[in-house]
Amino acid sequence: MIAFNKYYNHFNLLSSVLIVVSLLLLIFKGLNFGIDFKGGTLIELRASDSKINVSSLRDRFNQMDLGDVSVKKFGNETDFLVKFENKDNKKNIIEEIKANLDKSFGNNYDFRRVENVGPKVSAELLKSGVIAISLSLALMLIYIWIRFEWQFSLGAILALFHDVIVTLGVFSLFSLEINLSIIAAVLTIVGYSMNDTVVIFDRVRENLRKYSDIKIFELTNISINETLSRTIITSATTLFALLAIYFFGGEILKGFSLAMILGVVFGTYSSIYIANTVLVRLRVSQKTVLREDEKK
Amino acid sequence: MLYFSKLRILFITLFSVLFILIASSNLFKFDDNFFDKKINLGLDLQGGSYLLLEIDNEPVIEQKLQNLTTTIRNYFKEKNIKINNIKMENQNIFFNATDNDKQTILDVFQDENSELNPYYPRFKSHQLEIEDTGSNFKVNFTKQGLIKLKTSSQDQAIEIVRRRVDEVGTNEPNILKRGNNRILVELPGLDDPMRIKSLLGKTANLTFRFITNDENDRFGVEKLKFEDGLEEATVSKRIIISGENLLDAQPKMDTQANQTIVSFTLDRVGAKRFGKATSTGIGKQLAIVLDGKIISAPVVRDTIASGSGQISGGFTFQTATDLALLLRSGALPAPLEIIEERTVGPDLGQDSINAGMIALAIGFILVIIFMFVKYKIFGLITNVTLIVNLFILLGVLTLFEATLTLPGIAGIILTVGMAVDANVLIFERIKEELKDENNNILAFDGGYTKSRTAILDANITTLLAAIILFFMGSGPVKGFAVTLGVGIFTTLFSVYFIARLFTSIYVSRNKNKEKLI
Repeated sequence: MIAFNKYYNHFNLLSSVLIVVSLLLLIFKGLNFGIDFKGGTLIELRASDSKINVSSLRDRFNQMDLGDVSVKKFGNETDFLVKFENKDNKKNIIEEIKANLDKSFGNNYDFRRVENVGPKVSAELLKSGVIAISLSLALMLIYIWIRFEWQFSLGAILALFHDVIVTLGVFSLFSLEINLSIIAAVLTIVGYSMNDTVVIFDRVRENLRKYSDIKIFELTNISINETLSRTIITSATTLFALLAIYFFGGEILKGFSLAMILGVVFGTYSSIYIANTVLVRLRVSQKTVLREDEKK
Repeated sequence: MLYFSKLRILFITLFSVLFILIASSNLFKFDDNFFDKKINLGLDLQGGSYLLLEIDNEPVIEQKLQNLTTTIRNYFKEKNIKINNIKMENQNIFFNATDNDKQTILDVFQDENSELNPYYPRFKSHQLEIEDTGSNFKVNFTKQGLIKLKTSSQDQAIEIVRRRVDEVGTNEPNILKRGNNRILVELPGLDDPMRIKSLLGKTANLTFRFITNDENDRFGVEKLKFEDGLEEATVSKRIIISGENLLDAQPKMDTQANQTIVSFTLDRVGAKRFGKATSTGIGKQLAIVLDGKIISAPVVRDTIASGSGQISGGFTFQTATDLALLLRSGALPAPLEIIEERTVGPDLGQDSINAGMIALAIGFILVIIFMFVKYKIFGLITNVTLIVNLFILLGVLTLFEATLTLPGIAGIILTVGMAVDANVLIFERIKEELKDENNNILAFDGGYTKSRTAILDANITTLLAAIILFFMGSGPVKGFAVTLGVGIFTTLFSVYFIARLFTSIYVSRNKNKEKLI
């Protein structure tokens, strides 16, 4: 049996620091919103001429008065991702850019993807993204509240907030782009983290009914160990799937799978070191579950 | 938990085989009458263009209020009720009336059978609301009136958009209403939406009006610019004919003048009016005005009674073709603005499919190897179940003709990773049961029963997330929600029916074996 409970305090401290740092990052550095949420234009361009590179593209685009332009390599040497604000929301901007690029590069490039999101739409997308995440947290809260005693609910929800905040904190720290698929990833993380916590909690409650003489400090540790191989196997297979997406699923899914990978790691960690420690700190005992059983 | 009746086994087998067949039907081409369901590829996978258009209703509201001003004036004139100073300002109609008439006027507006102010019983609301500000009356649309106006202009606009898109002849376009002032246009397979964008960006409001020098023209005049933006002319507001009078328009080559023209045919009413105007207006210049700009202003040389004519204006063949198309499909009730555009080229779509399939294969192989190494024979059972699960998932998606997107493929891969969770929970529980239970069958029973709540909890939480995503997410992300959500149901089916069937067969045959798992 591994003594997870020996490190409850250490990891609680670490998690608190992580949450505070993440919140500070989110407040002061903020998130790097993609065009889905900020509005603007994105062009994925493939070049067939080595003359076309990041700096020559940047030169060209900067001459076109498009506001802030960012040019990056995208996956390999010939693919580039160009993003700009398109402040004035010009109508035929893509045609203008094509005409302009033709002048310097001829026909040696190809627009593989063009996305243009107006300011109205991006504001709506951001709003519905925030609503979606809040709604999912609220639904989880209701679900867990119906299924478990309040001490458990608090533990699960704290673990959930931890996972979402720290994942977003990492995105802020490395200025990774937040787009629509990241919202999908965050929601899936919420589901996954909850799932992981519930499996351990199920066992804690079962053990609470079984043993009256074991303190919650020990009992959580027993329960974690009993469910440990399941925790490891499921995280492993989920991570296999996600790593496959990250490395082979193409450039577009990179951010999505990275967010999910982080979420699975944090979710597994928080189920053990946040959800359970809340039970310990709230001194949950056999009485807690029996009282609730009687009510039912 | 371990017993399966023959009937049940038959049902499970048939069900699985059926879905495997449905799933594999995507690979073959059947006769449409036999089975024509297929998984649709999203625009991000097959390439294509997604355009979200917003109708700018301001001019429609303005125009409608302008018309209403006239209607109200005429209505009260007919009823011999004196109203003064009727005018439209800031999207409100204002007028004065004497104190004696005030109540009568209010009654006219608030009568449920009012001719002037239609009542919508379903919404318990009139079209217009009237307010006595003390010094005058203020009339404006009610909330419902405004909604009616918007939906009707959306209905008209979507019809015109459909005609224009159809005329260009793209592959199975998808044109849908969004809210009450937006139209979604999905154009699969189109990698350069430039032409469609420019066609949809034009209102195509065509009028034929005389150019006049008489500032006191009975119908009023306005100064309009020519297409080239340089010259200007004073044009009467009297409309001889408009786009509505057009039956047909076609691009043609005028061999005499060696230029491309658009020839048009008028309906009966249009032909009559055109004939009359050209007979009285010989020598005058007739301006052909499109969306507030003069295309050309030829001098009338002869009466045109045939009901057909032509427009020249320095067109290239392409611009003539587009103008003819716009005229044939009719004018939009209001200008459209493209507020969101997402276009994916077909080769990027194919690359995404390839990458998704490779990721799926690799993720699948990793999981299968891992499960086999970890659980041996039970790993094998899990793996077979996983494969069947994947087919059932694809079968369900085919049956509902769901749209598969790139995030949707990610959802399938994720399902593969998470689907083993239920089996793992069961197997681990059986292991624990076997520690103090010698009877294999009882241990298996216990394993299945005691793991059930955890499995249900786990799947419900993921399902909740998927449901929210489905309703809040857009486009590709919705595809993720679909595969993730459907994946949960197929996983539960395969775990509790298929995997359990295999397990029960194996356990019953090895009742007395020690260290079964």
